[in-house]
Amino acid sequence: MAEAKVNKKGPKFPVILVANDLLDGEVVFAAKDGGWTPEPGKAAVADDADAAAELEARGQAEFKANRIVDPYLVEVRIAENGMPVATHFREALRQKGPTVHPDMGKQAEYDVPA
Amino acid sequence: MYRYDEFDERFVRDRVRQFRSQVERRLDGSLSDDEFKPLRLKNGLYLQLHAYMLRVAVPYGTLDSRQLRQLALIAEKYDKGYAHFTTRQNLQYNWPKLKDVPDILDLLADVEMHAIQTSGNCIRNVTSDQFAGVAKDEVEDPRVTAELIRQWSSLHPEFVWLPRKFKIAVTGAEHDRAAIKVHDIGIRILRHAETNEVGYEIVVGGGLGRTPMIGKVVRSFLPKAELLAYLEAILRVYNAEGRRDNKFKARVKILVHETGEEEFRARVEAEYAKLNGPTVNAPEGEVERIAAYFAPPAYETLPERSQALETARASDPALDRFVEQNGFAHKVPGYIALTVSLKGIGEVPGDMTDAQMRAFADIAERYSKDELRVTHSQNLVLPHVKQDDVPEVFAALKANGLATANAGLITDIIACPGLDYCALATAKSIPIAQAISKTFADDDRQREIGELPIKISGCINACGHHHVGAIGILGLEKSGVENYQITVGGDASENAALGERVGPGIDADQVPGAVEALVSVYLRERQGSERFVDTVRRAGLDPFKAGFQAFVSGAGQEAAE
Ligand code: SF4
Repeated sequence: MAEAKVNKKGPKFPVILVANDLLDGEVVFAAKDGGWTPEPGKAAVADDADAAAELEARGQAEFKANRIVDPYLVEVRIAENGMPVATHFREALRQKGPTVHPDMGKQAEYDVPA
Repeated sequence: MYRYDEFDERFVRDRVRQFRSQVERRLDGSLSDDEFKPLRLKNGLYLQLHAYMLRVAVPYGTLDSRQLRQLALIAEKYDKGYAHFTTRQNLQYNWPKLKDVPDILDLLADVEMHAIQTSGNCIRNVTSDQFAGVAKDEVEDPRVTAELIRQWSSLHPEFVWLPRKFKIAVTGAEHDRAAIKVHDIGIRILRHAETNEVGYEIVVGGGLGRTPMIGKVVRSFLPKAELLAYLEAILRVYNAEGRRDNKFKARVKILVHETGEEEFRARVEAEYAKLNGPTVNAPEGEVERIAAYFAPPAYETLPERSQALETARASDPALDRFVEQNGFAHKVPGYIALTVSLKGIGEVPGDMTDAQMRAFADIAERYSKDELRVTHSQNLVLPHVKQDDVPEVFAALKANGLATANAGLITDIIACPGLDYCALATAKSIPIAQAISKTFADDDRQREIGELPIKISGCINACGHHHVGAIGILGLEKSGVENYQITVGGDASENAALGERVGPGIDADQVPGAVEALVSVYLRERQGSERFVDTVRRAGLDPFKAGFQAFVSGAGQEAAE
């Protein structure tokens, strides 16, 4: 259902890899230290095509291993506090949770991009 | 209310068992994502922006208090303490976990509910008039027909994989509250002009979405007993000829449009002639069995108007206003139906907390013959309230934040979940509704403006029915920002019409101002008791375009200053 919001020529770097956890559906990010994290601030950031390809390969392997679904790359910029912030409004919203419920989703549990 | 027989019960329980095993096999890896996705969709389970979403069927929008309490329990235990009523009279949970869904489905089955036919390319849950069985202008309770169609469609082997989803709506009243002209099939129960016999008018090929169309009458009078065979003929033509090559052209509306009304009708009639009607149509006994479930509740014999209510209204302006705005004339003397708005000022349209659901279940049990309805405009209805009880009901609703007197007014806004939840969205929808609601919060002003249904969708799929809003708002993405297109003149009733654009798309923060501008044009132009949509029809689009344009230029000016 959710399709990569990355332009056809390939993404502008930096990027992160986002997916949904199979079991609970939560939005997860490929983490800096391997594995998956629900925390937007802990997402691994890829600055070039090689690093991005590595993230994608990780996503595909974990998709096949039935850990996550719908993995895709998301373009980000790095905020002053060092956090990767999605540049597209849809992806930025996924990093936080519903705007109509600030008490729910990631914004209620973690540090999220401003 | 319809009650499951043994067959229904077994069918639903089997489906839960089956899905439980499918989830287990998905989690242990024996089912791949590609294999599992269609299976979960067949059970109403979507994957949205933040989480899974489970859509629960509320057939023809009718519930009892036991069911609503169970829905509250699920909201509390497996969701975040609330649920959302949709424009198809269904209910959605926004945060269930995959591993919990089989348990949720079991809890639903305990109260004769399920999530079947709420997703996928099948005949979807049938919708109907929220005042079914209650309205004075009704020929017959449409839910009997809706339930008959449910039973026919649930297990129909031929129609499990249609080219695309298929939505049917039924009304039994003169005034169409079920939007039958914008459904794949719309059915109106009516009396034959000469013989007075009760039958059906069958409308095919309506729909919203990317290519909105008003349905065409393919049969102006169908004898009641022939319904299922005739529907089967329509579905057969569609199943065989509907386009499977292009998702955007796969709905029956495109087939009707491309084939031409006359030719489509001829093909349906030819197919119908080939069918062996008696083997398809429901036996009379079965129709009677179903009808018995929808027999009216035991009403008391009461005077037409309640003195107690009149007295209470005279001394309590808030109660008076509530009854005036949200009351609906009941066909039985001394009774009234009440619309209960889920559109408090600034609230999320259609959302209800578990505490509100429980309180509302108690109110329905005590004061409305244990019955409640869900409307396609995301509100609820207490269908059978004794007028004498209205002051108590009003107090109980008020205590639970459910007494907003705005049914049908400018703050009674339909909004799809939009980008706050929906994976397909191109823009937010709910915050737009909230901003408009706050702009027009003043009661007197709302009343002065009168009936004005605003409908908002967060993408071209039009779940928020924006094409048929008196003011319609469609959220799109333009150059990386959310952008909103405004239409006026849409109508979902028997006078169905599609709204027309008043100008170019605007930014989110301009929308309330644009609505103000359109309302000003209406207030200036309206004659007599014209509603907004009547004024658009009579005065035409131009004054609205001009008002909108003036607003947009003015807003641009301000931004530049
Ligand atoms: S109209 Fe679009 S955004 Fe709104 S619920 Fe439907 S698919 Fe989602």
